[in-house]
Amino acid sequence: MIRKCLSNLNAYEHLDVLRKGVRQLSDWKEEVEEVVFPGKICVPYTWTVGSTLSKWYGLLRDEGQIWANRCPSCGKVYIPPKAKCLECYKDVNDWVRLPGTGTVETFTVVYYEEPSIQPKKPPFAYGIIKMDGADTGLVHLIDEIDPEKVKVGMRVEAVINEERSGNIFDIKYFRPVN
Amino acid sequence: MGRRVGIVGVGQTHHAAHRLDASGMELIAEAVTRAFDDAQITRDEIDAIVIGNMDHFENINYVDMWALEGLGAFMKPVFKVTTGGTTGTTIAACAFYSVASGLFDRVLAVGWEKNSESDTQAAVATCANPVLERDPFAGAIGPLATEYSMYMKAYGATEEDAALVAVRDRNNALNNPYAHNRMKVTVEDVMNSPMLSYPIKFLDMCPRSDGACAVIFASEEYAKKMCPRPAWVHASVVRHDYTHFGDLEWQWMPSLERASAEAYKKAGITNPLKEFDVAELYLPASTTGVKWMDSLWFCERGEAPKLIRKGVFNMDGELPVNPSGGVIATNPIGATGLIRVGEAAWQIMGRARDRQVPNVKKALVTGFGGCSWSDVIILGADLP
Repeated sequence: MIRKCLSNLNAYEHLDVLRKGVRQLSDWKEEVEEVVFPGKICVPYTWTVGSTLSKWYGLLRDEGQIWANRCPSCGKVYIPPKAKCLECYKDVNDWVRLPGTGTVETFTVVYYEEPSIQPKKPPFAYGIIKMDGADTGLVHLIDEIDPEKVKVGMRVEAVINEERSGNIFDIKYFRPVN
Repeated sequence: MGRRVGIVGVGQTHHAAHRLDASGMELIAEAVTRAFDDAQITRDEIDAIVIGNMDHFENINYVDMWALEGLGAFMKPVFKVTTGGTTGTTIAACAFYSVASGLFDRVLAVGWEKNSESDTQAAVATCANPVLERDPFAGAIGPLATEYSMYMKAYGATEEDAALVAVRDRNNALNNPYAHNRMKVTVEDVMNSPMLSYPIKFLDMCPRSDGACAVIFASEEYAKKMCPRPAWVHASVVRHDYTHFGDLEWQWMPSLERASAEAYKKAGITNPLKEFDVAELYLPASTTGVKWMDSLWFCERGEAPKLIRKGVFNMDGELPVNPSGGVIATNPIGATGLIRVGEAAWQIMGRARDRQVPNVKKALVTGFGGCSWSDVIILGADLP
């Protein structure tokens, strides 16, 4: 195999790509006919939310409230809620309601366009919101502000959607608290 | 040779077609919690974790990352393995290797699948070369159907022989509270069920299940302290073949013949039918419960139908096979092989309850994957 590659290298010494030190498999196409079949895999799927998160989404959808849960052993408060504490592996059954305010721990502003996966047209900002009353952060959009003016440490509050269907956009976004 | 290794705890979920009450992670947590309870330990006493499931199922990668919470794996070493249908037995093999090597003392093996969440036949189809075999031959039923057609022609086996296996496994499942399909069936029911792919009918074929299984492996020193009667690993052998379906020998199963011969040699087994007390075999269709008995050296090639008709592998027979109900009762694919290991371990530990075979000293386990490779594991009550 090595010998074959070397002999090919000699045969193609005149090519610009070799002089530039850039070699690709396509350099050998005169010896190996490239046969490439186009294909597409489309695999439908569902995703079971599970007992812990379905309770969380239910409270958000039906009451418009943001809840977290607390480990009975170490007291850590999780949002989104956990079924098992990461450290203790205890069932996390104590539920606590959060005020819906928090602090931007980190953020980014998206400018590139990828319409099939993006929630809105760029530019837009999203970040990790450290929620008041919880030990963990929630990832969400930050809006009602020029994206370029978003700052780490900024105080924000959740805006609950008028129409809710039990998904993460029942929280419309977070906006600055004046 | 490595260190001696014993199984000290087993947990599994209640398996079902759709476990819509639980996410994949929660299924894993259910099995792991039960395994911890079975071994009476906490997550602190686990040194490393091996996890696996099927490629392309559930449309997600990195189970080792997102299932960490259910695994109890926070800040612990986690390894993912995936080998198609053999995934569960390969997870067990990897956990065994990890302890036998001396690098870890207590290793948790976890297999799981949420079959309900994806088009599993489409996902399985991606195992096959897309321009040669994906369209004509992929999917689980076709290859199994073709191999039994060939076996029937060669040796005079019948569809009724396969139906006898289906009746045995399905009725055994009635004694297993974890089993997915628990239904009393007759040979007539099986013969009258809809034809899926000749000669395999609906009741001959395994279901798709949601479920998980967890098995805890420990070094000799720890196993003796942790469990009054550990299930010791006497042999673990893996044999893969397959380049294309068309290359394979279908009249018997070379990978199973070779893997079992090697495992028997390692465990000092010379008469498997006599020396094993129970077997939990990965039989994805009842037809394989006929044909593959030849390849496990229970008889000469072609003689398995005689043993089936005599009831040798029934609960009251010489070698009970699949007291749990086997794969045609329960099939969360990434867990399926590990459930075989866990059920066989429980048989040795005396924890199999209503499906317990009396006085089990040696148990045989197999895994089947792709087409057509084999894992063989032998467990024993005595130190190897």
